[in-house]
Amino acid sequence: MRVSKRASGAIAMGAAFALIASGCSSGNDDEGGSASSSDGAIVVDGTEPENPLVPANTTETGGGKIIDWLWTGLVEYPNNGGAPQNALAESIETSDSKVYKIKIKQNTKFHDGTVVKAKNFVDAWNWGAYSPNGAQNASFFADIAGFADVNTSDPDGDGPKKAPEPKAKEMSGLKVVDDWNFEVTLAAPTAVFPTKLGYSTFMPLPDAFFSQGAEAFGKKPIGNGPVSFVSWENNVAIKLTRFDDYNLRDKMKIKDVTVKIYQDDTAAYNDLVSNNLDFQQQVPVSSLAGDKWKADLADRAIPSTTPSTGIIAFPIYDKRFQNAKLRKAISLSINRQEITDKIFFGNRKPADSWANPLTPGAKPGNCTACAFDVAQAKTLLTEAGGFTGQMKMYYNADASHKDWMEAVAQQIKTNLGIDAVAVGVPTFAVFRQNINAHKMDGAYRAGWQQDYPDVENWVNPLYVTGGSSNDGLYSNPEVDALAKQASSAPSLEASHELFAKAVEKIDQDVPSMPIYFGGQQSGHSEKIKKMELTNVGELDITSVEL
Amino acid sequence: MGRYLVRRLLQLVPVFIGTTLMIYLLVWKVPGDPFAGKCGDRGCPDNYRAMMTEKFQLDQPWFVQYATYMKNLLQGDFGTTWSGRDVGEIISTAYPNTLKLALVALIIEGVIGLTAGVLTGLRRNGFLDNLVLVSTLFLIALPVFVVGFVLQWFFGVKLGIVKPTVSNEMRISELLLPGFVLGSASMAYIARVSRTSIAENRRADYVRTAIAKGLPMRRVVGIHLLRNSLIPVVTLLGTDLGALMGGAIITEGIFGINGIGRTVLRAIVTKESATVVSIVVVLVLVYLVMNLLVDLLYAALDPRIRYE
Repeated sequence: MRVSKRASGAIAMGAAFALIASGCSSGNDDEGGSASSSDGAIVVDGTEPENPLVPANTTETGGGKIIDWLWTGLVEYPNNGGAPQNALAESIETSDSKVYKIKIKQNTKFHDGTVVKAKNFVDAWNWGAYSPNGAQNASFFADIAGFADVNTSDPDGDGPKKAPEPKAKEMSGLKVVDDWNFEVTLAAPTAVFPTKLGYSTFMPLPDAFFSQGAEAFGKKPIGNGPVSFVSWENNVAIKLTRFDDYNLRDKMKIKDVTVKIYQDDTAAYNDLVSNNLDFQQQVPVSSLAGDKWKADLADRAIPSTTPSTGIIAFPIYDKRFQNAKLRKAISLSINRQEITDKIFFGNRKPADSWANPLTPGAKPGNCTACAFDVAQAKTLLTEAGGFTGQMKMYYNADASHKDWMEAVAQQIKTNLGIDAVAVGVPTFAVFRQNINAHKMDGAYRAGWQQDYPDVENWVNPLYVTGGSSNDGLYSNPEVDALAKQASSAPSLEASHELFAKAVEKIDQDVPSMPIYFGGQQSGHSEKIKKMELTNVGELDITSVEL
Repeated sequence: MGRYLVRRLLQLVPVFIGTTLMIYLLVWKVPGDPFAGKCGDRGCPDNYRAMMTEKFQLDQPWFVQYATYMKNLLQGDFGTTWSGRDVGEIISTAYPNTLKLALVALIIEGVIGLTAGVLTGLRRNGFLDNLVLVSTLFLIALPVFVVGFVLQWFFGVKLGIVKPTVSNEMRISELLLPGFVLGSASMAYIARVSRTSIAENRRADYVRTAIAKGLPMRRVVGIHLLRNSLIPVVTLLGTDLGALMGGAIITEGIFGINGIGRTVLRAIVTKESATVVSIVVVLVLVYLVMNLLVDLLYAALDPRIRYE
């Protein structure tokens, strides 16, 4: 998942929200007009990418947004949040959800003019999975047969021993058939695999990537998407321009896009209000109070919902948090409605389900522990034998989490009489380090934004034993069994049914507490007459009309 | 004079080594694994952390890391950021921007501050004197970010006379507002210092002599009085350039200027020692050179001062 380092209340991204800006302003100083739209240029806000721009190695929003524009994958996610559609793929066929025959469209091009072939996918995926390359998103390839042979891990965690050299350089499950066909064999049947293929980790890489090396390539990336890379001036701007040979979908209706890098989102906001900036994905927190941003921007304001959830997780490895009744009692004592109304001014919604309901396959309202029921909470707490000592609730203090975490702690204290206190950890790095090392001695803030639109993404990584983000070490054999069954179900419908059952079990155990569903508040300039947001709230660059 | 200069330049060497070592240690002491927070709430895979740690030698003791850094630095290599960008490149784009902003601020504060100081020093307790007194008190009392946000909102958003942020071309006309904001507090101090200095020297013997000699007032003030009163002001202005460059962090943030302030802040937060140390080293050099220049200027302003 990608997490914005800056706005950071901020898994605040957007979703499923199409906007047709009326753009009907009286037209007095309507500079340009629609005639110039095809060679028009816009400036959008951004942050400095933290890594070289390589798809399998980008997990933050600054670089992620640019990668999403530069590349088009086998499938893509429609802006309305619905099921994925084929993009570069001509067809993806399987009879058993285990062996996938993928045929790609012929004669599409990378920005350097070379043709996108099947081997560009296979090579790219093998590079991402090979552990010495250290790609941040390597775990996404774990479904493919032979992953364990190319990706080894350190036998003693952070200890003195090093990860052994992998046995193979290529995954045995990937086979190039000819220029336009390749075959993927998975380790186990996985119905959701085609859905995952739209995530940026699965993008094809041109031959230039392998001749230049990741670092050099990442400074001047070559993709196959609707825009091509022009230049990247450190901390200043990244310039992109329309790729005229693009033939997968609509071409861009404008020509140039400049991503201006801001350090301060208030500076960007002032530019947006005075029309010097054409799009800001998330307006600053300071402009949300009293709906100031709506007054400032009027019909240029774009409120949207995002497939992301703010969560407080329990360290199940800590003895004091091992009683499910205690965890449920705490969750029931939180008045989520009050938090979203008072702290977030209604811009986020109280969470009432385990997976964000914008995600296909997710069932709304399935979190019974998300209700506000002080009486039941008190009974459960007594049955659990109470809680002795101080209950710490950690958050990273370098982003705006203080207010809501303190409010939650206060509610628990008032409603249950537990000595709950919110504790800020200075930086996200230290916070994450403690979580990774399983050293938390209290509940802690977490957040989750879907990587690809399917409920599987909300269960397997978070609540299955050994899941990539199951940081609290929650483990329930029943959940594991159901999730495994669900993942290997023959169809997505069957898979969703089984995941719903797994979620029911999770709901009884309350391994974490969903608190709010994300919302995004964006704005555009008067120049933009029409635009849409993608399913995760980024600007859909091909939809922009001036 | 020559020997003095050589001695002063030689002094730069230990100061240079001392500051780099200190800054390096401080950054090294910042808690947290710089790569642990890089992958959002998912957490980074061990392989990624292991590869980056080895690549940047973070598993070595600090003195090995420092020695490697210094060795590269003496060969003109500033190292790279975690994202693989060349720090030397970052410095060469960010420094000129900050320097430009600091110089604009320095000129604004020098011209306005000195003018106000001379006028009020000559006519004390008049209306102008009181006005300057009150307005400087106001500027000193207000934090820079308040001045910055208010002026940006008023001129940039409300009136729309200027763009709220500075464009990448860094035109001088765009820098006037941020320069004023950055220099505002120092401007107040300069006005006050020069006022006191002028007022004091106004009663000095040599001024009385000059007036008694029948020199025109313009010459008395412009040549004799002003030159002698400038010493404290020059000290203030000289050291201020360094302070302005280091302290531009807030102004740069408000006006979206790509300078060293925000670069160094980001680097500290992400524990990017190569960037922090390299930027601070250059900043220290600016301080030292400015101090030297100020000392040499004393001799030019006051013939009684001689350096051996």
